[in-house]
Amino acid sequence: MNAVVQVMLVLGGLGLFFGVLLSFAGMKLKTNTDPKLESLKDILPGVNCGGCGLAGCSAFAEEVFHGKAETDGCPVGGAELNYKIADIMGIHASVSTRKTAYIKCVGSDKESLFLFKYHGVEDCRAAVRLVGGGSKGCAYGCLGGGSCIKVCMFDAISVVDGIAVVDNEKCTACTVCVKACPKNLIEMVPYDKKIRIGCNARDGAKSIRANCKVGCIGCKLCEKSCEYGVIQTEGQLARIFYEKCNGCGVCVEKCPRKCIVSVL
Amino acid sequence: MEVVLVFVSAALVNNFVLSRSLGICPFIGVSKRLDTSLGMGLAVTLVMAFASAITHIVYNGILVPLGLEFLHIIAFVLITACLVQVVEMYLKKNAPNLYKALGIFLPLITTNCAVLGALLLNIELFSGSIVLAMVHAVGAAAGFTLALVLFSGIRERLNYSPVPKLFEGVPIAMIVAGLMSIAFLGFTGMINL
Repeated sequence: MNAVVQVMLVLGGLGLFFGVLLSFAGMKLKTNTDPKLESLKDILPGVNCGGCGLAGCSAFAEEVFHGKAETDGCPVGGAELNYKIADIMGIHASVSTRKTAYIKCVGSDKESLFLFKYHGVEDCRAAVRLVGGGSKGCAYGCLGGGSCIKVCMFDAISVVDGIAVVDNEKCTACTVCVKACPKNLIEMVPYDKKIRIGCNARDGAKSIRANCKVGCIGCKLCEKSCEYGVIQTEGQLARIFYEKCNGCGVCVEKCPRKCIVSVL
Repeated sequence: MEVVLVFVSAALVNNFVLSRSLGICPFIGVSKRLDTSLGMGLAVTLVMAFASAITHIVYNGILVPLGLEFLHIIAFVLITACLVQVVEMYLKKNAPNLYKALGIFLPLITTNCAVLGALLLNIELFSGSIVLAMVHAVGAAAGFTLALVLFSGIRERLNYSPVPKLFEGVPIAMIVAGLMSIAFLGFTGMINL
């Protein structure tokens, strides 16, 4: 009992002594960090996802603090955070549109042709190394192996009917999945534009018809039907220019291949 | 004379990194650039010098009279932690660039086995004299700094050398560390303490 009390006294005393010493040293050697910088670091999400393109949240805070990064640089915090940052910095919030990831393939299990059955590691990066770039007939299509799901830190991607689908509400546009997809299928698109083209195949109409029921064959019906000239066919693939799209949905109805989809 | 012997023994003959294999973590971690490794070496030297003096006083003045020698490890870590905090604050204020370059390795000096190793060896070898204990600690830190600076110099040169792809980065660094260790083996037996 006596020894226990002694130990407690000695260690407690040493701890107290050094604690007091440290607090004096802390006062003496205080660094003056700007309170703005501190509060910036406080309001950032702190997940260090790297979606802003910098090393982490505190790196982003410093860039914003020194005026090198825009206030809307953090994709995770969204508009709310943008305004908070602008408030702290006392500047106008720079508003750019919220983005979301979109996987440009609608060729689900039912619609597309398979060359063989893949029994391997559940990962596109493994599957894509096989002959023909995976089991799908279409060399451009989503394999549904879930490489994007594994890298997504926000649980925003799931596989539905053999193709990966992004939950727009959960997506924070950190672009990690864009880099992970071996088929380069994932694109960042404006969150509020609901018309999207679900095909990335550039094989030529004949091969696409053979491999997928919903692949874009470049028939130009969408281009012609769009009053605003928002859709253009490049090569054999339709492309949408999101800035001017008002989401009327005419192209969705006109598309004979049902590869233009309206999400949300 | 003994002071010189103790210093040389700690710095060269029983070099903490290359002979005793202590403090390997910063040895590999902060040896990519010469100036950073020099800064790290100085920080460790500072911590070790003060820590050896304070631990000597605490051990012989408090722990031994009370018969609480078994507390020495936890007490020493406490003292080291406190000193590291002070050094960290000092660097943050006066050398912010070095502070950033050292990064996580600065607070990690707290649990650096070279520091704790020197302190523990002190009570074994030099519990009688605070001067010798400090000389031993500073010698050990000087040896650590020497090894770190030599190693980072080599690593800087390695960046421009045609290293086989297989060995690029840490693997070749490990091999270099091994070769340096063999070189320091040449000091063995010069002084027996």
